[in-house]
Amino acid sequence: MVMEIVCPAGTPAALRAAVKAGAHTVYCGFNDETNARNFPGLNFDRSEMRAGIAFAHAHGAKVLVAINTFPRAGEQTLWHRAIADAHHAGADAVILADAGLLAHAARMHPDLRLHLSVQAAAANADIINYYAEVFGVKRVVLPRVLSVPEIAAINAETGVETEVFVFGGLCVMAEGRCSLSSYATGLSPNMNGVCSPASHVDYHDDGGVLDARLGGYTIHRTAKNAPAPYPTLCKGCFSAGEKTGHLFEDPVSLNAEALIPQLLKAGVTALKIEGRQRSKSYVAQVVGNFRAAVDALAEGRPMPKGMLTRLSEGQAMTTGAYRKTWR
Amino acid sequence: MSQPSTPIPTCPRALAQLLRVLPLAPLSLSLTAYSRRIAKHHPGLFRRLGVYGDRRFILDPTDLPIVLCLDPKGGRPRVQVLRQTTPHDARISGPLAALLGLVHGAYDGDALFFSRDLVIAGDTGAALALRNAVDDAELNLAQEIAAISGPFARPLRKIIARIEQHSGVFLTRPDDAPAW
Repeated sequence: MVMEIVCPAGTPAALRAAVKAGAHTVYCGFNDETNARNFPGLNFDRSEMRAGIAFAHAHGAKVLVAINTFPRAGEQTLWHRAIADAHHAGADAVILADAGLLAHAARMHPDLRLHLSVQAAAANADIINYYAEVFGVKRVVLPRVLSVPEIAAINAETGVETEVFVFGGLCVMAEGRCSLSSYATGLSPNMNGVCSPASHVDYHDDGGVLDARLGGYTIHRTAKNAPAPYPTLCKGCFSAGEKTGHLFEDPVSLNAEALIPQLLKAGVTALKIEGRQRSKSYVAQVVGNFRAAVDALAEGRPMPKGMLTRLSEGQAMTTGAYRKTWR
Repeated sequence: MSQPSTPIPTCPRALAQLLRVLPLAPLSLSLTAYSRRIAKHHPGLFRRLGVYGDRRFILDPTDLPIVLCLDPKGGRPRVQVLRQTTPHDARISGPLAALLGLVHGAYDGDALFFSRDLVIAGDTGAALALRNAVDDAELNLAQEIAAISGPFARPLRKIIARIEQHSGVFLTRPDDAPAW
């Protein structure tokens, strides 16, 4: 069995790059608050989505549309319209997090395949089975807080397909429940689709030292020529008393490439790459790398070693919670 | 921590010296005409800028003694070549080769940011919008130049290919071969 590579696309060009690089599946979103990567210059309008899906299908790839933020009271129409438009555009599935939206999709679009977003933070078999029984969810994207044995335990107790992140930015929180960005900016990934929105980020070069501010607060200072992290609070470097350090999480990227055989054995169906905010260059390189790995695994060949450090936040990588070594 | 698999080339000193004495007004006019041609062939680029379409951008090749000031003006862009910066909303700085590599989709913008090869200042949202819009546009600057060169297009393509091969700078769009 070849594990499915699920690849990000923030633009139509990135979608085409992903498909050409060998992605089995691409996920993307509309250019509004309905998806959790609502960044300037990114995402798809309706005609781009239709064209992107047609391109992917013509090349044998699937497209999943992420509608994975939580609708605001009285504004659900925007999210309902996104589901309807994704369905009409020919999406192979929609990725949802909100239970109300799942109920709406199951009722209004019964033939549309539903995936449960990582934003729903479904981290045990009971809740995953509940989503499957009540809404007909076919796949769950597991939060990045589980070890490989925990993933195996979930797969032993559910018939729902599981998809896990194998590369890209890490969230340290239970996904869908992090409000750190809201404290500094008033905007969050859950409600507005933006974590540390660019409109609230300022960089200052202080003699080679890079000063990053979010909502006016300095969240880290990067020494001259040292690798820079994303300007997110969870990767911030804070001083308390006489100690200075990364309070929540070091600025590193997830890379679970070496764990792919174990993830296969744990019953995982699909491997997800984070990074809809990244370029087509990133997409092509990471997809090519992971596609080569799963093909080698399926054919019993040794997995090729990747060269992905350069593309990683802070130019450093971790296996995250898959191998738990909490400090 | 690893180092770049392909180091970003720096501009030859001769080019920098030439730009110190070259009159900039004709260069600005040419680049404005050129950018309008690009706008005509890639309208999505300026549409994708959205609310940032009226911002002023400074593009600063740090290995050259000039900066480019880009006013997108809703799809009728103007480019000025300046020896000193001017009031602006967002500034993107890096070696010329990094900026050209970004335009041609050979480099990843976030990776250049992590490695400190690319520096952003001012309105981060505007800088991000421009970077994402350019990445989606799939530009090929050399091809655009060749297209307006009439009978000189063929020899020009050969010269560009030779310079590209010799310098390691991405002057064209590498279709399926990201540098990193």
